[in-house]
Amino acid sequence: MKTIYFNKFYKSFNILSGILIIASLVFLVFKGLNFGVDFKGGTLIELRTDKSSANITKIRDSFNQMNLGDVSVKNFGNETDFVVKFEKQNSNDPQFIEEIKTKLSNSIGSVDFRRVENVGPKVSAELLRSGVIAIALSLAAMLLYIWIRFEWQFSLGAILALFHDVIITLGVFSVFSLEINLSIVAAVLTIVGYSMNDTVVIFDRVRENLRKYADVKIFELTNISINETLSRTIITSVTTLLALLSIFIFGGEILKGFSLAMILGVIFGTYSSIYIANPVLVSLKVSQRTIVKEEKE
Amino acid sequence: MLYFSKLRVFSVLIFTLIISYFTISNFTKVDDEFFSKNIKLGLDLQGGSYLLLEIDNEPVITQRLQSKVLEFKKFFKDKDIKVRNFVIEDKSIIFDVENSKIEDVKSLLDDDKSEINPYFQQYKSHQFNFENMDTSFKLEFSDYGLVLLKNSSLDQAIEIVRRRVDEVGTNEPNILKRGNDRILVELPGLDDPGRIKSLLGKTANLTFQFISSSSEESFGTEKLSFEDGSSEAIVSKRIVLSGDNLMDAKPTMNNQTNETVVSFSLDRVGAKKFGKATSNGVGKRLAIVLDGKIISAPEVREPIIGGNGQISGNFTFQSATDLALLLRSGALPAPLNIIEERTVGPDLGKDSINAGIMSLIIGFILVVAFMFYKYRFFGLIANLALISNLFLLVGILTLFEATLTLPGIAGIILTVGMAVDANVLIFERIKEELKNENNSIVAFDSGYTKSRTTILDANITTLIAAVILFFMGSGPIKGFSITLGVGILTTLFSVYFIARLITAYYVIKNKHKEKLI
Repeated sequence: MKTIYFNKFYKSFNILSGILIIASLVFLVFKGLNFGVDFKGGTLIELRTDKSSANITKIRDSFNQMNLGDVSVKNFGNETDFVVKFEKQNSNDPQFIEEIKTKLSNSIGSVDFRRVENVGPKVSAELLRSGVIAIALSLAAMLLYIWIRFEWQFSLGAILALFHDVIITLGVFSVFSLEINLSIVAAVLTIVGYSMNDTVVIFDRVRENLRKYADVKIFELTNISINETLSRTIITSVTTLLALLSIFIFGGEILKGFSLAMILGVIFGTYSSIYIANPVLVSLKVSQRTIVKEEKE
Repeated sequence: MLYFSKLRVFSVLIFTLIISYFTISNFTKVDDEFFSKNIKLGLDLQGGSYLLLEIDNEPVITQRLQSKVLEFKKFFKDKDIKVRNFVIEDKSIIFDVENSKIEDVKSLLDDDKSEINPYFQQYKSHQFNFENMDTSFKLEFSDYGLVLLKNSSLDQAIEIVRRRVDEVGTNEPNILKRGNDRILVELPGLDDPGRIKSLLGKTANLTFQFISSSSEESFGTEKLSFEDGSSEAIVSKRIVLSGDNLMDAKPTMNNQTNETVVSFSLDRVGAKKFGKATSNGVGKRLAIVLDGKIISAPEVREPIIGGNGQISGNFTFQSATDLALLLRSGALPAPLNIIEERTVGPDLGKDSINAGIMSLIIGFILVVAFMFYKYRFFGLIANLALISNLFLLVGILTLFEATLTLPGIAGIILTVGMAVDANVLIFERIKEELKNENNSIVAFDSGYTKSRTTILDANITTLIAAVILFFMGSGPIKGFSITLGVGILTTLFSVYFIARLITAYYVIKNKHKEKLI
């Protein structure tokens, strides 16, 4: 197969990644994330209306009359399904949901509540905390694993690639105000695993090649390694993306956010293994001596 | 890496067949508990309600402090120590001791064998911590004393919750402790939790107290309002009888008034107390108080001796049934708050299952087709490994009766996409080896050997993420982490035992053929 000179573009793609990361951080800080009821508390109702005449404006109007705080209404999947979210959560009042249903049926006709989620402020704060801890823990665990398995230069490269993927994926969620819920945390953790997996495959080859070629510089060497593992990188990304696209298209509305986050993560993860992880090795001047030293110890 | 002993081939085959059997057992019916295991569906797939309840322990703490004060008074009286000015304030008991006895009280409270302030050897802690300033003592629950109290009220509460849920008769409810002040209630198949919520939301503290004519009474009085909010009444604080003495309660029809009432029967102690009180109280009004609200306050026309009575109060048949149920199951030690509720209707669950299976089938076909297109015969081997991988994964989930959730299905589909990675790594490596090696057996062998560390590395990283998710995640997320984690293990098995076995047979048979892969 023809050799592709990935290393020619290290600089330009690093600049691009830098811009993307800064843009993501700016959005994350100033716009923030659109937290769902899992993390913000409140009530979510997924409802199916009888007639297609019920539209978002009508539903929003009737919810606004009920004094439930900030209300958001969105179409969910098809024309007759909607998701309504509002701040108020009053799960202690057993009639709370029933009353909403009655009032709503009076104004827009018969409705079916397909899903109701009601999360109190204490629980949502705990869920948010444990989500953040889970992501932090998994990053730490990856760091530890790669630190045991590789030299520190490699660890740094892999971790930078990880942060790159997680930050940009969250950045995209911020830009498009996509909802962050429990399943997005699961997606982010899987992205962390996948991104690491992809980087490790290339790094294993870099290390092998450092032993194999005594006088090739790391700049060239990373390119050889990327090329040698390229068909694997592509095939695995394609099969994983095929599976994820299938979930995204056919898996129903509930899994949309989850599969979208994973799709983004796989794309960024594949890209970062080549264009973040490897340039780090180059700028840290990894050489044949780096691994020889390690082996002597 | 290409050699397999007969024994190994045999065990791989047997293991795969046994586990695969359990995949199939999801779709068949066998009259044996072990052989007819099924995957449990999570609430998001079968529909149902998930409620997280938190005990409000404040009233319990106050109650316990009140009874502790009585204990102290008696204890010090017996010891001939004068104590006074008992106050309960800010979850602590404050009292004064006469000057000469301060040291005595200190040593009584600090003693490892103290009866009044029990010492728990294994936790190196008293029930109460105390501070002393001049003649004043301040006692509050120690951390361990508080844990003990919370645990005991949780134990009581969970028992009552179980009784109430069982009485409603839902299908296989799941009631679990969470931490030391929470109860998780899962109610499969229930799409309207309104009734259960109203039953669990009531403490159901029932008392009978006389309505007081004058506000001067030895026990003191309190002002309580009626259940319907219509009026208020002054009630003696003396409790004639409480719900603890109730043996049974059921909704009945009162033939004279044609009204739905709740009839109850009392145990022997209760009947005796009730008989005595009603004999002395003929002509007075007896208030029936539930959770601080008066349900009704009928006049006592004659002594009630047999231990049977009726509660009236404008009930519908439903509300009488619910009150009877609450009285039968007993009072909660403390109020419960519902802090999280998730309800999924059965048809949404069904839709989710269909969508999940649909995307699994399509994802699977796409991956299989792609692998065949890329590797031809070896693509078939990888696909065979993928199929057995799926059978093993579902089989193991069934064998351990794991709960399958919608994210869990997503985990299975993701496993399909990522599982081929290991075979791809191996095949690509073999291709490279074949460039420099004419002997195809040697090339295949070193292809397997050289890719092994990479494959392990790659899978361990994902496994780490899955394990962390398992311990940190809740509900549906846990389902995802289980399928992802088990999926990695079955992937490694299917790649290293099943795919390698077939590859080995094929290569050894066709070692002289050119361009094997």
